[in-house]
Parts: sequence; structure tokens; C-alpha cells
Amino acid sequence: MEYIIILISAVFVNNVVLAQFLGICPFLGVSKKVSTAVGMSAAVMFVMALATLVTYLLQNYVLVPLGLEFMQTISFILVIAGLVQMVEIILKKISPSLYQALGIFLPLITTNCVVLGVAIQVVSNEFGFINNEVIVDGVAQVSHMMNLGQSVVFAVCTAIGYGVALILFSGIREQMELNGVPKAFEGVPIALIAAGIMAMAFMGFSGIV
Amino acid sequence: MARQSTFGNMVVSLSVICLVCAAVLGVVYCITEKPIADAELAKVNNAIAAVVPAFDNNPSDDVQVLGDSKVYTATNGGSLVGYAIQVKSSGFGGPLQMMVGFTPDGTIYNTSIISHSETPGLGAKITDDNIQPRAQVKGKNPGVNNISVSKDGGEIDAITASTITSRAFLKGVNMAYDVFKQISENNEPEQ
Amino acid sequence: MSRNSKLGLIIDGIIKNNPTFVLVLGMCPTLGTTTSAINGLGMGVATMCVLILSNMAISAVARFIPDKVRIPCYIVIIATFVTVVQFLLQAYVPSLYETLGLFIPLIVVNCIVLGRAEAFANKNSVIDSACDGLGVGLGFTIALTLIGLVREVLGSGSAFGFKFIQGDGMLAFVLAPGAFLVLGYLMVLFRKITKKA
Repeated sequence: MEYIIILISAVFVNNVVLAQFLGICPFLGVSKKVSTAVGMSAAVMFVMALATLVTYLLQNYVLVPLGLEFMQTISFILVIAGLVQMVEIILKKISPSLYQALGIFLPLITTNCVVLGVAIQVVSNEFGFINNEVIVDGVAQVSHMMNLGQSVVFAVCTAIGYGVALILFSGIREQMELNGVPKAFEGVPIALIAAGIMAMAFMGFSGIV
Repeated sequence: MARQSTFGNMVVSLSVICLVCAAVLGVVYCITEKPIADAELAKVNNAIAAVVPAFDNNPSDDVQVLGDSKVYTATNGGSLVGYAIQVKSSGFGGPLQMMVGFTPDGTIYNTSIISHSETPGLGAKITDDNIQPRAQVKGKNPGVNNISVSKDGGEIDAITASTITSRAFLKGVNMAYDVFKQISENNEPEQ
Repeated sequence: MSRNSKLGLIIDGIIKNNPTFVLVLGMCPTLGTTTSAINGLGMGVATMCVLILSNMAISAVARFIPDKVRIPCYIVIIATFVTVVQFLLQAYVPSLYETLGLFIPLIVVNCIVLGRAEAFANKNSVIDSACDGLGVGLGFTIALTLIGLVREVLGSGSAFGFKFIQGDGMLAFVLAPGAFLVLGYLMVLFRKITKKA
């Protein structure tokens, strides 16, 4: 049940792009064609699940016990940059066809704030719909923090939400190519306005969770 | 400009930069640790001062922790003037940290929002001291009055278009009252 | 650079290389933090500080860094300054720190900062890089404040926190869709004024 709530919340209600404004640059940059949008979404999902898994462990088993929480930003971004690089090298070796499909998007992901944003969110935010039993000093308490499994599911769901927004939006932009647009509106401005209207549509989901 | 890359100088330059940066961060963390703690404390103190009648002790010195809630006792000239109870409810956008002040008879003196993540322009209006739910709970006693939004049969009006936030706020008030009951029962025999 | 003076560098950053309206970089904080003019201003200034500091630091050390590891080195330097700014905000302006929230650590991945490091700071002097950082930072700050102001006026009927109409404004402008719409229309306006279209 919790996982279904996470899914609906991350994909529709708190859509990363349209409600939280994360990952807007690639959202505007690679959304000209549906095929590239699909590739980008897949790459983001892959990296985000891995990055969230690693940063969650890093935060809870390294930084917190050592009292080094102030290194959070710097260590997370290094982990993500390293992971992206590693995934790129491994993919090249073991699955050249997948590398062909995702390869060009991987370097872009390091600076995609969705990955870092979600990694920080899961370790520092509390979520109203999460009610985990945790034992603190022998006393059972309710925690609204996500556990490891929920974090990874949340990352994957956020990536699905990212993909939904990106693919829908690229469909709209492909159609827009065919229409005449006033010169001053060409390119980014009309895309932003279309995104605004999409965000309005997604607002209809608010309040479900 | 950029030098030729060899394995040696790559490792050395990366390690040196990481070390220097870690050192800088450590120093800044040590310098700002106290001001950050002070700022947090000041926020709690301001919230306490806002929700209970005038007091002359230092309530944040003596905190009772009950589960998620914290109880601050305010006294004036040695006699009890009220309890400030910090509770955490869950609003539309995330946790809603608030302070509820009770006079010793269980009447709500005032409320204060410590932190929230509600939507700006909608639920975030809960930080306004004069917004309906905040203004209406003042002077009410959750033991006597039904503290819930009128949609749920209570006596309090919700913020327009922000029923979830209003419900979360009133849930927090009722949570604080439950804590208040526990505290006042425990303290009764001594007074 | 059209005018090779320090002032020219700053003005270029504001108009010709305006990060928001011309280069279209750093969109996430631009949309996410501009619910009011004050928030936009705060985010702009925070980013500007990081930009100036990281530009200076990177231009100072760029010639010692081997080419292949320059990006990781830049990221570490930027992340350090971001964390420093984060602590300072948390200590001395806690209310702003809370409103900006997640977007402070995310300055690290703001493409403006890394972009200027790569495009300008690593081949220019420390002073020039500082001017470039100041110019681009100012351009970003002005853009964010402007977007915040428009959203605040339309959405909550106030400007810089001063309310001038009773009741609510058009709420949609404070919420997510308004961010996209306002930025889109302001970009068109900027193009018209600078005669790019």
C-alpha cells in the first residue's frame, strides 16, 4: 500500500518536473523528439536508483556515524559523478547496444539536479504518508523518514514521473514544430508556456495523496 | 593553461583539492555550528514567548520530551502560567512543526508555526497569526470545544482552499492537548 | 567580449550573456524559488556569491589542474563554496534558508556555475573571472527578482512583501504553472527589448 502511495505521489501529485522544478534543463533540452526523451528517461531512472541506493547507505552508515553531515553535498555529488562515469564504462564493456542508446545522455545526468535533489530529499525530508516503526533507545516510535527499500522505490517512481512528463512534453513539442509560432516566441518561450499549461493539468492531481 | 595529464598528477591534484576543501568545510562548520544552534534556539524561544502569557523563567532550559512532542513550562514568580507544547503534525506538503500554548486550565492561549512546507499562497497562509483557524482556536479549550474544521462537524473555519493544512493544524492542536492532559495529571499531586 | 574592460564584462553578464533569458541556464532555481520577489532576490544573491567565489578559485588553480580531472576538481570546489554559503545562510538568515530549502545544495548542479568555470574562469585572470561572476550573478539575480516580483504581484497582490490589494491574487501564478508562464512571457519581452527577434 505504501509503495502505491509513493508511486502515485511521485509520478502525479509531486511530479519532479512540473511541481518541484527539478531537472528543467534537460526537460527543455532533450524534449524535441520522443525517441531522445525515452532514452533520457531510461538513463535517469537507472542512475537515480543506483545513486539513491549508494547515497542512502553513505549518509546513514558513513556520514552520520562519523558526524560528517556537513560533507553531504560534496560527497553526494562526487558519488553521483563517479557512478555516472562507472556506469558509462561498464555499459560500454558489457552491453554496447544499451550504451549506444543511453551513452550520450549519461554525461548530462551528472548535472541533472533530479539525481542530487532526490538523493538529498530521501535522507533529509519527512514524508507524511510514510509511517515506519523504528526503535529508538528501546522505544518504538513512528518515523516519517524513508527506509532503504522505500528510498529506492521512491527514486524509481520519481524517475517514472520524470519520464512521463518528458515523453508527454516531447510529444507536444513535436506537434508544435509543425505550427507557425510568432518569432519572439520561437524555441524556449513557447516550450515554457506549453509546460505551464501541462503543469496546470497536473495540478488536478493535487490532494489525491 | 591546463597541464598534461599523467596518472600521478591527476591523483595528486584531486587529493590536494579534496583535502583543502574538506579542511575549509570543517573550519566553516565549526565557526557556524554555534550561530546555527543559536538561531534554532531563538526560533523555539520566540515561539514559546508568543504562545504563553508573560513569564520570567527560561522555559527552554527545562524541556520534557514525550514521544514526538516537547513540553516547555513557563512560570512567573515561581507560579505556573502555562505550557508551551511543541508538536509535529503532517500537512499537505510535509511536516508541520508548531507550538501550542495552554494556560494551566487547558485553555489555548496562542499558537505559533515553527516550520512548514505548505504551498505558498495557499496552505502557507497558516503562518499568518490572524488566519481563521489560528485566530479561532485562541481562548478555546479542546476539552470543551470541538476543535476540528466545520466540514468535519467542528467549530473552526478552514482556510479557503486549504482544508488539508487546516486539518493538520487542528490535529496538531489536539495532539498538544493530549500531551497537556498527561503533563497536568502528572504534575497535579505536587502542586 | 565586445568591450574589453571590467565594466564591459559585468554588463555583458547582465545583458548579452544573461543566464536566464539568453543562455537559458539554471532553470530549476529560476522556477522553483521565485514565489516572491524576496525569495528570488535571496536565491540570486546566494548563487552570485558561489559564482564569484568559485570563478576566482578556479581561475587561480586552473593551471595546476591536469586537463582530464578538471571537471571533478571544479565540482569539488563549487560544492565547497555551496556548503559554505548554506551554513552561513542557516546561521544568519534562517528564514530564507528554510524557504529556499533544497535549492541551496542544488546550486552545485546549477549549470551556470560549472558553465562559467569551464567557459570563462579557467582561461582568464582572477580579477576578470570575479567580474564575470559578478556580471552573470547580477544578471541571474535581476532575472530571478523580476520573475519573483511579477509572480508575487499577480499571485498574492503584494510586492516585496507589501500588500497593496485586499484578499488573494490569481493563485495560479504563485503555484507551479505560473512559474513556467511568467518565465516564458518575460523571455519573449526580453527578446523584444534587446531586438533579438
